[in-house]
Amino acid sequence: MSLDISNLSLVLVTALVFIALWIGYREQLGIDKDIVIGVIRAVIQLTIVGYVLKYIFHLNNILLTLLLILIIIFNAADNARKRSNGIRGAFYISFVAILSSTVVVLGVLVASGAIKMIPSQIIPISGMVASNSMVAIGLCYRNMNAMFRDQRQQVLERLALGADIKNASKGILRETIKTGMSPTIDSAKTVGLVSLPGMMSGLIIAGVDPVNAIKYQIMVTFMMLATTSLGSVIACYMIYRKFYNDRMQLK
Amino acid sequence: MAILDLQHVGYQVRNQQILADINLTVEEDDYLTITGPSGGGKSTLLKIIATMISATAGDIFYQGKNLNQYDPILYRREVSYCFQQPTLFGNDVLENLSFPAKIRRTDFDKARAIQLMQYVKLDEKMLTQPIKELSGGEKQRVALIRNLMYLPKILLLDEITTGLDAANKAIVWELIERLKGDSGVTLIAVTHDEQEILAAKHLAQVENGKLEVQR
Repeated sequence: MSLDISNLSLVLVTALVFIALWIGYREQLGIDKDIVIGVIRAVIQLTIVGYVLKYIFHLNNILLTLLLILIIIFNAADNARKRSNGIRGAFYISFVAILSSTVVVLGVLVASGAIKMIPSQIIPISGMVASNSMVAIGLCYRNMNAMFRDQRQQVLERLALGADIKNASKGILRETIKTGMSPTIDSAKTVGLVSLPGMMSGLIIAGVDPVNAIKYQIMVTFMMLATTSLGSVIACYMIYRKFYNDRMQLK
Repeated sequence: MAILDLQHVGYQVRNQQILADINLTVEEDDYLTITGPSGGGKSTLLKIIATMISATAGDIFYQGKNLNQYDPILYRREVSYCFQQPTLFGNDVLENLSFPAKIRRTDFDKARAIQLMQYVKLDEKMLTQPIKELSGGEKQRVALIRNLMYLPKILLLDEITTGLDAANKAIVWELIERLKGDSGVTLIAVTHDEQEILAAKHLAQVENGKLEVQR
């Protein structure tokens, strides 16, 4: 089986974009510009990434690999920060949380021999870990902002009774961490039944025996559970403090 | 010795002066009632004393020591603030009454909780009652005794009888009367209630951000 998609095929597939554009136009969604920008960005970004990865895989240099991973984490942290709605220090916290979850997960995968310490394996896996951590942290920020607003009075009551900020925020922390993790738990429950996830599908399309492909998918599922839980816990425990001032008053 | 001493306390939000040059001395075991028109700054003053917000000017001394030198957590365990419209948290009454013990990492004193419940005419069986099944008056009473599970040095009451019917008001004030005795609790209550104002031992008025001691 050939894994090459010809340029002509790719151009023909562009017709799919026109379906989205047509729906946007017909339903007057006002998203035509966003679709066009999204498509152009996707093509440019992926083309650049394709060539960069090819070059890095060819060089097989550990420092360059680590640098690329750091760039991935930096971008993921910046994206998670945007979901924080202006919480101070959100970038730094996101960076620490995503970096920690990536290091732990990659460490376990490499140590267990599931993946090799080579750029072609480390970099894609880092991207998956960082992006899942990013989504989980973004959800946590949004939920935490909403809960501190909705449960303000309850937090104040706890503080007035002499609770420290951790005790005053405990319910919010618990719910928020759960919110960060729940999409991964839900998708773990339905994986294979509702969707054939990207990695498994990719391997199957590439000609890998489905039975071997599921081994990778099982690894990815475990990896995602670890990464979203670590990312959520670290980010939540660091960020909730930002809702208080140094006199332990709710801002 | 004064248990609480406010010197030139002010509070400003952006350009709006909520409180200005408040001077107030409260003696130990005192019972001070603060009244005044709505929006005059009474609740803000109580929140400042409770360290729920910080004054933007002046100094507050508690037991002779500047408030800034206290750990807010330990201070709030001694100077307890009861909100105007308190919210109960968790699922049941027990979760609320055991919270003060939980944050002190001590065992829950069930006997004390039952005694306090009796004081405010709540049946012992209500300890496990879901909070969503409680009436407004019952919630207010649970919130009040939640502040008393560990007897504070100062109890700050922010219009706690507002919105309560006569029967509930009477129950709450029976408990306050009990505290006014020799419990060692200094009471500072903000109120609009005519009867409470008449019964006040010491009265101060807060209007347009200024405080005036009336008796």
